[in-house]
Amino acid sequence: MTARVKESRGQEMALTAAVAVVIVLLSLLPMLRLLKEVVAPGGVVSDTAIRLGLSSSATWVATWHTLVVGVFGTLLAVVLGTFVALLVTLTDIRGRGVLVLCYVMPLMIAPQVTALAWLQLFGPASPFLKLLGLAPPLGTRNPLYSTEGIILLLGVQYGPLVFLLVRAGLRKLPRELVEAARAGGAGWFTVLRTVVLPLMTPSIMAAAALAFVSCVGNFGIPAFLGIPANYLVLPTLIYQKLAGGGPAVLGETAFLSVLIGVIAMAGIVTQEIMSRRRDYRISSTSLSAEPYELGRWRVPVEAGIWLLIILILVLPLFGLVLTSLVPGYGIALSSATATLDNYRFVLFEHAGSRRAFFNSFALSIAAAVFAVLVAVPVGYLIAWGKQRWIRLVNLLIELPYALPGVVLAIAALLMFLRPIPFTGIQLYNTVWIILYAYLARFLVLALRPTVSGYHQIDRALEEAAQVAGAGLFTRLRTIVFPLVAPAAIAGGLLIFMTALSELTVSALLWSSGSETIGVVMFSFEQGGDSNYAAAMSAITVAITFVLMLVTNLLAPYLPSGVLPWRD
Amino acid sequence: MAGLTIANVTKTFGDYDAVKDVSLDVRDGEFLAVLGPSGCGKTTLLRLVAGFEKISSGQIRIGSDVVSDASGSVPPEKRRVGIVFQNYALWPHMTVAENVGYSLKVAKVDKAVARQRVADALSLVNLDGLADRRPANLSGGQRQRVALARCLVAAPSLVLFDEPLANLDVHLRASMEDEFAAFHKRTGTTIVYITHDQAEAMALADRIAVMDHGRLAQLAAPRDLYREPANEMVASFIAQGIVLPARVLSAEQEGHVRVEVLGHEVVVRCRPGELPRADAKICIRSPDLEIAGKGEAGFDATVTRAIYKGGAVRVELSPTLQPDLHLHVERQEPGSFEPGSQIRLKIMSGWLIPNGKPA
Repeated sequence: MTARVKESRGQEMALTAAVAVVIVLLSLLPMLRLLKEVVAPGGVVSDTAIRLGLSSSATWVATWHTLVVGVFGTLLAVVLGTFVALLVTLTDIRGRGVLVLCYVMPLMIAPQVTALAWLQLFGPASPFLKLLGLAPPLGTRNPLYSTEGIILLLGVQYGPLVFLLVRAGLRKLPRELVEAARAGGAGWFTVLRTVVLPLMTPSIMAAAALAFVSCVGNFGIPAFLGIPANYLVLPTLIYQKLAGGGPAVLGETAFLSVLIGVIAMAGIVTQEIMSRRRDYRISSTSLSAEPYELGRWRVPVEAGIWLLIILILVLPLFGLVLTSLVPGYGIALSSATATLDNYRFVLFEHAGSRRAFFNSFALSIAAAVFAVLVAVPVGYLIAWGKQRWIRLVNLLIELPYALPGVVLAIAALLMFLRPIPFTGIQLYNTVWIILYAYLARFLVLALRPTVSGYHQIDRALEEAAQVAGAGLFTRLRTIVFPLVAPAAIAGGLLIFMTALSELTVSALLWSSGSETIGVVMFSFEQGGDSNYAAAMSAITVAITFVLMLVTNLLAPYLPSGVLPWRD
Repeated sequence: MAGLTIANVTKTFGDYDAVKDVSLDVRDGEFLAVLGPSGCGKTTLLRLVAGFEKISSGQIRIGSDVVSDASGSVPPEKRRVGIVFQNYALWPHMTVAENVGYSLKVAKVDKAVARQRVADALSLVNLDGLADRRPANLSGGQRQRVALARCLVAAPSLVLFDEPLANLDVHLRASMEDEFAAFHKRTGTTIVYITHDQAEAMALADRIAVMDHGRLAQLAAPRDLYREPANEMVASFIAQGIVLPARVLSAEQEGHVRVEVLGHEVVVRCRPGELPRADAKICIRSPDLEIAGKGEAGFDATVTRAIYKGGAVRVELSPTLQPDLHLHVERQEPGSFEPGSQIRLKIMSGWLIPNGKPA
């Protein structure tokens, strides 16, 4: 008897311990290391790092810029996302599935690709404007190199994030609450103003907090639009400092990255406080409300929303493709000048970009596979485990993703600048430090769908295997994994898409030989080779799009909400 | 206040008729219950009257105003109907007073007047002093009363109840039933009350419309529904009526005919003008079945099951002649009804189910 008890206990303990090790390594350790650098640089508690950081005027300027683009970018994202969510969810607009796919698409495209695409659309060298004969003379400043430009693109990039959360909220709105108001004599706009929007406050607030964290931590957009205008936000300030000063300025950047983390957290805390002020709990569950009939406004509204899609998705991507076909800066596109040379160059000729494609693919696949394999047991503990500390585990795994990528990158640098103790293994200046950061940052993307997958599975299936005599590991392998595999794999594909053209983390961690697609794209653009950058971007967008379609094949086996672009 | 006229209304979802050619008239001030098993179309009917769904054909009038017909549909906010939802549908972000006063605010009623009317409505449902509470802090019964006050305050021409008691526990249900009856008496409002609970419908309604598969099976006063079901569905649905095949032996005389059922002859009630026919059906209630004495006319039956119901025993039997039929009787005395034992029964009374079109 004791032996049998021991065996089953042993497997459970082993699983728990393994999960604990993974979490300590990927989340707890880097965060603690970062805090130590700020609070006790060199191992002695002192406020030098903080004092030094606060006394620098660059810090204050960048913080101010971060807040400005963060707040206004969030506002734009909330207005756009909520507006589209209301139209798509509550009216009888047609073509909903395609609309959702198109509107959510910018979220799947890396921010720097969005930035590049928009830059190509409006600049003096824009092949698109040249086609229309509207291009300003060469040498004119691109209007997007400005605060407003950054705010606009942040709004476009994260509007879909708000859209997804508000739409999920709207779908849970019981129809009776709307119908009771209508029976009370309220017309549609009154219902919207007095019932729907107030009840959506928690969703909108949560979405705003998420958008704010994303805007504040965004690197790609302010890097492409702000650096040329010398408009620095905290992430780009950190990048410039590190690029200029190397490991010597790590302490200084550690303070800055903690500052970003604090600003991001302040956004979340504000949301918490504000949504506690009123009771918005919807207790009943019911069907969602009948769509509002737009009547004769239907066609104009549909036209309007498709115009929006054209503006924020189709035109920029079109501009991107046009630029990728132009042989050089400022040359007008025509059937005579169009060329695929840029594609040939980035894929086969340029050694750095060839390496980058290889590295990014390898990194994304490794991160995705690792995350799927880890998400299954961790999800098992989170969804079905009875331990109290499980909630904490979940929070810890969310943290590296919730915090801006710069924070994690700096933490990783601090951890691996010197060889790992006792082993002498050097991760700094290799591709492995990027892999570490990807694993830590993206694990949660696979974990979330896996946990919701677990919640849909009848636990009795596992218990039946247990009764049949299967131990924990056997059950995980033969019963649990096959059941949650679709959700976990969908999460893995999300990770692959996100990691493929990732820039924020790799911009700080790359070294010669370990370039990623994002990094090479960025250096092409900085060197004025927009055509090459555009060609690389077009390739990644195409890969992302194909993967989205492939992932759709998994959809019938997935809990709803796992694939953001699917309605 | 106004009556409600539903004329030949059909509602089709895809190729499924949720409501099929239903006609009924609710008189001004009447309490009409719409009763039926789930999926019979009663909720769809309510949503059609409220204007949340559009009719496929037919016409709906509230008072003398046509609100739905083939040419269009008056939107719900212009119909002046009040609705009490099953899940109360109170807005969680508003106080009780804000909930109740919502329609007044929408109609831009003067604030002082509105406040007075909200107070009146709240005291009418015995909720004085709770005006500033939030719905989350109320009990189920209190929430239901807020919902009542909310539809009352706008002085609607018609109040629709959508299974309002289905979410309450048994004790609360009885007291809310009283409350609804009092509410109807006080206000004199025309009420359409959707329910699947017969006892509720019987206790509250002036008339009951029984629906089945989207059709109106019978519209009658509760007593008539019980005593004189118009068809087999109503007969078996209401109070678990027992439907038995019979042969009519005589023509109607003073509301009665002689029939042969299970091999014995019985006199049952019937509609005027019934003539002898085969293939008839009669409806009996369990009190109509008695144990036959020695030598009395009757039929033999086998006990299939006896269920103790606390103070009474429900005995289920099948007649020896036709074992595929199921009968049941309630017995007070503690007799022994072992499954398999034989009992001789006689039918004391019954109702000849009319042939042909439902009334």
